[in-house]
Amino acid sequence: MPKVEIIKERTPMPHQDAKIRAHNFEEVALGFTEEMALAEAKRCMQCKNRACVKGCPVEVAIPEFIALILEKDYRGALKKIKETNVLPAICGRVCPQETQCEQYCTLGKIKDSKPVGIGRLERFVADWDLVNPEEISPEDAYCEDVDDDRLKVAIIGGGPAGLTCAGELANLGYSVTIFEAFHKTGGVLVYGIPEFRLPKDIVKKEIDKLKECGVKIEVNSVIGQILDIEDLRKMGFKAFFIGVGAGLPVFLKIPGTELNGVLSANEYLTRVNLMKAYDPEYDTMVDQGKNVAVFGGGNVAMDSARTALRLGAEKVMIIYRRSEKEIPARREEYEHAVEEGVEFHFLRNPTKIIGDDEGFVKAIEVLKMELGEPDASGRRRPIAQPRTEYIIDVDLCIMAIGAKANPLLTKKTKNLKLNKWDYIEVNEKGQSVSIPDVFAGGDIVTGSATVISAMGAGKKAAASIHEYLLNIY
Amino acid sequence: MGTKIVSKTFLNPNKTVFEMVVEAPLVAKKAKGGNFVILRIDETGERIPLTVADYDKEKGTITMVIMAVGKSTTQISKLEPGDEILDFIGPLGNKAHIKKFEHPVVFVGGGVGIAPCYPQAKEMKEEGNHVIAILSARTKNLLFWEDKFREFCDEVFITTDDGSLGMKGFGVDKLKQLMLEKPLSQVIAIGPMIMMKFVALLTNGKKDLPLIPTIVSLNTLMVDGTGMCGGCRFQTMHGETKFACVDGPDVDGHDVDFDNLLKRNTRFVRVEKIRLEKYNEECRAINKFCEEKEIEG
Repeated sequence: MPKVEIIKERTPMPHQDAKIRAHNFEEVALGFTEEMALAEAKRCMQCKNRACVKGCPVEVAIPEFIALILEKDYRGALKKIKETNVLPAICGRVCPQETQCEQYCTLGKIKDSKPVGIGRLERFVADWDLVNPEEISPEDAYCEDVDDDRLKVAIIGGGPAGLTCAGELANLGYSVTIFEAFHKTGGVLVYGIPEFRLPKDIVKKEIDKLKECGVKIEVNSVIGQILDIEDLRKMGFKAFFIGVGAGLPVFLKIPGTELNGVLSANEYLTRVNLMKAYDPEYDTMVDQGKNVAVFGGGNVAMDSARTALRLGAEKVMIIYRRSEKEIPARREEYEHAVEEGVEFHFLRNPTKIIGDDEGFVKAIEVLKMELGEPDASGRRRPIAQPRTEYIIDVDLCIMAIGAKANPLLTKKTKNLKLNKWDYIEVNEKGQSVSIPDVFAGGDIVTGSATVISAMGAGKKAAASIHEYLLNIY
Repeated sequence: MGTKIVSKTFLNPNKTVFEMVVEAPLVAKKAKGGNFVILRIDETGERIPLTVADYDKEKGTITMVIMAVGKSTTQISKLEPGDEILDFIGPLGNKAHIKKFEHPVVFVGGGVGIAPCYPQAKEMKEEGNHVIAILSARTKNLLFWEDKFREFCDEVFITTDDGSLGMKGFGVDKLKQLMLEKPLSQVIAIGPMIMMKFVALLTNGKKDLPLIPTIVSLNTLMVDGTGMCGGCRFQTMHGETKFACVDGPDVDGHDVDFDNLLKRNTRFVRVEKIRLEKYNEECRAINKFCEEKEIEG
């Protein structure tokens, strides 16, 4: 057996220059060229234990698709990924690979060596396919069957969980309809994650591919309002997947949150991403801030801060109550934010938002914190330092501190069992513990989590729905 | 595929207030008084929340009454029957709480807020209530639908700020008179924030007048209308934060911090004014261009 060559350094990802990109909405990471992809694919040792696969919530056949890249069979590589992941262009961009597949990479375990850039390779393959789409022969093309006698499944919510579940079920031969509340499908992929991290054109193309597989999409359909699950049953749907996301944004319980210029990250990002408030051609307005404070330390906080910079803020501060080590954001997102000029105020907790006479924000008061013993989450608990308050002038405050369960559908679905935080209670198969034909996954089950974990849940639920329907019909 | 406009009728000579009926069968099937809809005119449009002013389950239509105040509402006012609205979402929010009350139920509708009183008043009547409607506007020309209310209401009163029609004064003045005359079970006030504030202050039982449960309909700024953005949030008198879209839009008027809401509604006022001026200028330029072409052609 030939000795495997160990290449310790990763092929760097080309980026838009930080100074330039901080003022535009174009994608930050530019993606691998073919040469870069081949160089990176060569690093994979094709080890037998395939630890990376176990780290992936949807178990992409990682070594196999990388081997196909080396053979320059990019179509084959894409098909290999798509066996388990219907949205590769999206996952290649927004998955936290460093805590999933790449964390388990054997190459990364070797001293001074970095794991294979699996996400970057996945993105390369998916992007290659978007530029070189496969010609679909007329026989293979999906055609709307008038006498459609396939079993009908309704997917409620067109975010990552719903899209994945829909794709999987369509591939299994079901007639699948997604009901999306917004006018555009994609959930957090279109309203939450900014253009510069995930171009909306990429999302649209991935969704178009699902439509080519026969998935039907009804936008502007708020289930629980226009139709409820009982109505859908009467319309002939045999199983339901609820993936409506987390929903209600949380506001800090401090004085001043009612002021103008205080908004949830959900609202800020939705105005900018979904409604394109950054584009003067679009009518939706967004609050312009000169000095912006973002509360929180997750990816949503990073996205909000970097968006504020791009909208022309002079100073953007992230106020986080623990230290740099504890921020829940992806390392890469944090580093990008630093490079672009976002200021980080660690170990600070806002205590008050101060307004002017007209009811607009003019400053915040923050308190210094110190880290104590680890708490239930395993992170060191921040402890307030009395009498260390000071004032920072800001004119825009964005709260990126999480969300609560959205009651819109769950409260209107009779007998749907919820847990004490109002999330849907499901068994290990993703099936509601109280209504057998209802399945659920993503943030409405787990609370705020990642795109890929929602996709994992959507995929698992699809398999369970298939099993459930096979048993009955 | 968009939502088709069935009819558009201007309700005042200045053509700033208009009634628009759209074809939305699924929405109409579920809509009730109290619900609202969100529409987006075209790809570059914003999401505009509007309270349902009427619904027809058989014809499958929804009626809205709109006042052209900003850019988007001015733009809708220029659409014609047969035109399509790109996105139409609803019914959103909670339906009104309709039940039989012992004493009369009074609706106070102010300005375009007269319209959303209509379906609720009708539902209250169908439930067997004695329904009183106080319709108020700045001036005669801005008062509409009096005949529609007279069809089924037990009593209808008109007030105008300038006295050009009905009683000179505000709706709240008429309400005060009624409160002194007879016992009332429920007040529902829909209109400008300041009007709803004064109605709530009148009925909160803290003056010499009796306490009357009062519902107000909050027309706050919002994006999604499904609980996601929190832009529509309001403070209760107990310091709680609630969302108009999922907790309302109809809420207990005595528990709303109106002073805060009045400030919150000024959030985009400055920007909106500039935007409307720019839009009107563009429209004038287009009209001028078309006229010149016509003269030439």
